[in-house]
Amino acid sequence: MSVADIRFGEIEEGVLTLTLNRPERRNALRNQTLRELGDALAAAATTDAVRAVVIQGNERCFAAGADLEEMRHHDAVSLQQDERPALWKRIDDFNKPLIAAVNGYALGAGLELVLHCDLVVAGEGTLLGLPEIKLGIMPGAGGTQRLSRQVGQQTAMQMVLTGEPISAERAHALGLVGQICVPALTAEYARRLARQVAAQAPLAVQAAKGAIKACQETSLSQGLRQERQAFVWLAGTEDRNEGINAFLEKRAPNYRGK
Amino acid sequence: MEYQHIECYLEGAVGVLVLNRPAQLNSFNEAMHREVAAILKDWDRNPEVRAVLLTGKGRGFCAGQDLGDRAVNSDQAAPDLGQSIDRYYNPLISRITGMAKPVICAVNGVAAGAGANIALACDIVIAGRSASFIQAFCRLGLVPDSGGTWFLPRLVGRARAMALALQGDKVSAEQARDMGMIWQVVDDEALQSVAMQQAQHLARQPTYGLGLIKQAIHRAADNSLAEQLELERDLQRLAGRSEDYREGVDAFLNKRTPEYKGR
Repeated sequence: MSVADIRFGEIEEGVLTLTLNRPERRNALRNQTLRELGDALAAAATTDAVRAVVIQGNERCFAAGADLEEMRHHDAVSLQQDERPALWKRIDDFNKPLIAAVNGYALGAGLELVLHCDLVVAGEGTLLGLPEIKLGIMPGAGGTQRLSRQVGQQTAMQMVLTGEPISAERAHALGLVGQICVPALTAEYARRLARQVAAQAPLAVQAAKGAIKACQETSLSQGLRQERQAFVWLAGTEDRNEGINAFLEKRAPNYRGK
Repeated sequence: MEYQHIECYLEGAVGVLVLNRPAQLNSFNEAMHREVAAILKDWDRNPEVRAVLLTGKGRGFCAGQDLGDRAVNSDQAAPDLGQSIDRYYNPLISRITGMAKPVICAVNGVAAGAGANIALACDIVIAGRSASFIQAFCRLGLVPDSGGTWFLPRLVGRARAMALALQGDKVSAEQARDMGMIWQVVDDEALQSVAMQQAQHLARQPTYGLGLIKQAIHRAADNSLAEQLELERDLQRLAGRSEDYREGVDAFLNKRTPEYKGR
């Protein structure tokens, strides 16, 4: 089966762009899509040339949800055995920066994918929501958990229980979206941001990403301990010396990921 | 779609929309709202349409909401006016202000209530000398809607906006022009031709760029200077990539008249 739900861009300045490529289904995230995405990220994780990944949809739609055709055939038993949670886990496990460029709609699984990303750039007028409740179901890929942690209980309850989306502007004010811009520049600005991250020392970036993500998993004291460990570990890298030397010598650092 | 309450046609690249319920001073009922919405949506998407001209048939421009449509009996529950605003007036104002091409309004007579504010939502407002603007809402115990409380203070300043909205007095076309509420006043007989000329002129200009300008000016109303400077940068970045910009520069350097395509 030669399906390409994901389109690969060229790697430019350390940035790999992955484009959700089922415009006719408004980029609905079927298992196949998540599988391809997971494969792409697994490959990117071990490719030195890739230092950050941008996920984008098209100008009209990021991803409008899960694939309902696929979902309607499931019952409780088959859902129990569904590979989908494992597919999401692979995306969550990606250790390099993951940047979402979001235009149009990020709904249901689409928003859950956004919530898996480390940085989010959204076009003005984008709608972000979890409308699952309107179908008699609920978010099943971290939506209730990640959203509550990011925006607090009131907003999460409102979004999840009414299913009504919020605007990019509101999402920006809530901290769900890091940057908003005119829609025609969303993808470009996401790549700029990605390039900026990709220019940093790769090991430091990975360690920092891990430390921030650990914040959701641990207590403060445990988190501080983990942070300190990562901090000390970086002292053993060549890039750390290069970074400090370059700063003192007033030149651009040349990081090699070692 | 067959239209009963409006006339609409293309004259070159100008979409002409005439509110056509002259016996009711072109006041809006739901059917007229649906027709106006349909044609504006169509023109918004159609790249062949590069400017829109909005005007009214007969002696009035638009008297706002048709009150006959909303008769209130003392023994009935209060109507939900918010509903028709949600469904019709607010989308209409967003459609006019959000359209990425210039919208010219030729105010041919009285513009009252929502009718006045629909005119003020347009990009360039030209009025016939006998036209007038009335924020009639206060006389019925209502609040200026269709963007009135937003447009008025920005156009004429808060002092004037307050008096206009609280008193609901008739403002002549010339007064409106003098206080900056509208752009231009012309003799009644000349109104349609002046407005059409202006629309035809704009329809030959770099439409994409004009759409960006419109966006920038509207956004200035709620942006800080720092935010607006960033927006200008973004929009200029986009404008600089348009075919029309290349054409404009090339025509300037070669001392010829540019031929803009609107993209």
